Order: sequence, then structure tokens, then C-alpha cells
Amino acid sequence: MSQQISVRIDGQLCTATEGQTIFQVAQANGRYIPSLCHMEGLSSAGSCRLCLVEVQGIGRLLPACTTPVRSGMSVTTNSEDIAHNRLMALELLFSERNHICAVCVSNGHCELQDLAQTLGLNHVRFPYNYPRLPVDVSHPRFVLDHNRCILCTRCVRVCDEIEGAHVWDVAGRGINSRLVSDLDRPWGESQSCTSCGKCVQVCPTGALVEKGRAVEEMTKRNAVVTQLAAKRETHL
Amino acid sequence: MTKARLATMWLDGCSGCHMSLLDVDEAIITIAQRADLVYGPLVDAQEFPDDVDVTIVEGAVSSQDDLEKIQHVRERTRILVALGDCAVTSNVPSMRNPFTVKSILDRVYVEGADVQKGAPTDGVPTLLRHAIPLQDVVKIDVYVPGCPPSAQAILFVLNELLDGRIPDLKSKVRFG
Ligand code: SF4
Ligand code: SF4
Ligand code: FES
Repeated sequence: MSQQISVRIDGQLCTATEGQTIFQVAQANGRYIPSLCHMEGLSSAGSCRLCLVEVQGIGRLLPACTTPVRSGMSVTTNSEDIAHNRLMALELLFSERNHICAVCVSNGHCELQDLAQTLGLNHVRFPYNYPRLPVDVSHPRFVLDHNRCILCTRCVRVCDEIEGAHVWDVAGRGINSRLVSDLDRPWGESQSCTSCGKCVQVCPTGALVEKGRAVEEMTKRNAVVTQLAAKRETHL
Repeated sequence: MTKARLATMWLDGCSGCHMSLLDVDEAIITIAQRADLVYGPLVDAQEFPDDVDVTIVEGAVSSQDDLEKIQHVRERTRILVALGDCAVTSNVPSMRNPFTVKSILDRVYVEGADVQKGAPTDGVPTLLRHAIPLQDVVKIDVYVPGCPPSAQAILFVLNELLDGRIPDLKSKVRFG
């Protein structure tokens, strides 16, 4: 039996279970923390930095989705400094690759766009990177458009943790990081892909999509994956 | 009451933002009662005048000519509005950016031409390496994202500015 501990979130005393993350405890206590790479039912990766929070006594911001609570911890979920850093993280996600929303299949159904709305982003202050990136259309049913990928690794995690196929990985370093299937072969030639489409459903942007969708037509059903994960928990 | 001096400008965009502006329908009359349109594709003026209160700019900065125009406009305008995704993010015009200017011109004017192969150079402005958003080269006072922004959003922006307020667009536009 895990131990119950007490933490403070925005001054409010909360009861938590040891091993829970700041994000989970904040959510259970009705505090909103923005998130993008995090998804209920999958492990946490801490790659997007949108859930940054302040922990008293620590001189830098920490991602709420990967930081476990400790007894006596005091967390602030919003401040000028936090808002400034979250906004910057979001702007960098937009500027890193080519997000041409007006012609994107996910326009209007995109979690990256939704966050821009929530955080009040109306322009990007940094110069855009405009990289030249490929689009993999080799799979019979799905498309991987690297231009829209924010390297959140939700697809990597769902494929490994829920489907059990582990088709996806991130290759390269830093700005050259890129999603690869089956040790960098075209998706359509993958021996391990079961074509279940879970990666497509959890991808927050227009990077993994179904073929044949026109602009604004790609809606996702990522709740299915959260439900599957919950069912598996009760089964175990 | 002296009327405000309003201008519009069309850089590398499809004119859709100007169409959306015209889409305010009869409200354009109330705007015309409060402001004089002193420059833009909708009026005849040849030169961008001095001393403009508000200039609304559609389109990205894609050529040397765009760059000179926007700098000229900035010097003569009190409030500069970036209207639409091309102005704010460089949007569709930026789809050429991953490729070099030469490779694009060759594709169109050499590989794609049957006669007179070669990109025109006379009387056309040089393309910049990238099509870029306005804020990369001049200070912007108001951002109105959207492809295009709705007529209601544009009308709201104009009315607020004419009332002397900087519009708060949070619930009226979407970024991206
Ligand atoms: S993935 Fe989202 S943010 Fe990127 S271009 Fe598509 S709609 Fe825009
Ligand atoms: S393809 Fe989608 S889910 Fe996978 S890392 Fe990129 S943005 Fe995330
Ligand atoms: S949601 Fe925590 S780092 Fe992405």
C-alpha cells in the first residue's frame, strides 16, 4: 500500500499518494496545468515543457508531468515567470518546423493550436526555422508528415506501451531529431507495424494522419487509447 | 472632428484578407464616416502618404520590394496592424522557404517552360531568401491572425483603434 503524503499546490493543502506526479495531484485538486506531450494512460516523457511549474526551494522550473510529489513539497502552478517560459516553449514548437495551419489536415482539431488559444499566443517572436523535411506516404492507410511533428513521442509510447509493437523511435540529436519507424525504414515497409492506427489517434498535431483527409478533415479519437489503458489496469 | 487616416497594404498574400475586410458589408459606411482611406489596393493613391494613423497590412515579406514598402510604411504610420496568417506567420508563402530561390525559379521558368526558358529579371523585384512574417523586419502594434480573419474580427479591430484603444482579440481570433 503506497503512502499518503501532504503537499501544497498554490497554497492549498492536498493529499497525494507517493509516486504520483505534480500534474496528477494538481489535476485531482482542480488546478489547471497546460500539457501537450502528456497523455492519460501513457508514461510521461517531459518533452514539450508546457507543464512547467515552480517547486519551492528549487532554482529552476520543473515539468509537472514527470516530477513526483514529495512530502511537504510546495508547488506554484502559475506565475509571470511560468507563463513566460510556457509561452516561449510553445513559440519554439511553432517555429521549429513548418506549421502551415491554413492548409493542414488537422486545422481546427489540433492540440498545438488549442494551446496557442489557451495561452493567448498571437504571434511568434522568434525567426521560423523553415527546415526541409520529408513526408512518408509509404503506408497504405496512414501518412507521417515530419513538417508537423513536435517530437512529443506520444506515438512512440502508445505503440510500445499499449500496442506492444514498438515501431517508432526518435533518431538523431537536438534540432536534427526525427521520428523513425523500424530503425529508419519507410513506414510502409515496417515489419513490426500492425496498422492498428493508435499512433495516429494520439498524435496531437497533423503529423500522423489518415490518408485521404483534406484540409481540416482530420479529427482524432485519443480518448479510446486512454480507455484501453484504464481497462488494462483493471484487468491486471 | 478630424477623421482618422487609414491605409491598407497588400504584400505577399492572396488578397483574401482584403476580401474579408470588404465582407463587413454596410458597416464599411460607418468606418468611412470615421476614417479616410488614404492608401491601399481599394483606392487610387499612388504614393504612400506621410502621417497615417492606422495601416493594415496583408501578406508576408517575400521580395526586396515588400521589404522596402513595409519599412517605408512603418516610418509613416502610428499603428501598424499585421492582418492575417501570411502577415503574422508567413503561412502559405513560406512553403517555398525550405527550397532555394534559384531552385524554385528554375523549376517554374526553366523546367516548366517550353519557350523563353529562364526567370524574368526586368521589372520584377528580387525574391528574398525566405518569405517572412512582418514582425521579423518591423515593429507590429496589433496582430490579427486568421486565414483570413473574420469580417467581424476586422471590424472590431478598426472600431477599437478608431476609439483609441488597442483591441483585445483573445476570443475573436485563433492563432495557427
Ligand atoms: S499540426 Fe496543428 S499547428 Fe501544425 S500546421 Fe497543423 S493545425 Fe497548424
Ligand atoms: S508524430 Fe505526432 S505523436 Fe509522434 S512525436 Fe510527432 S507529434 Fe508526437
Ligand atoms: S506535458 Fe509535461 S513536458 Fe509535456
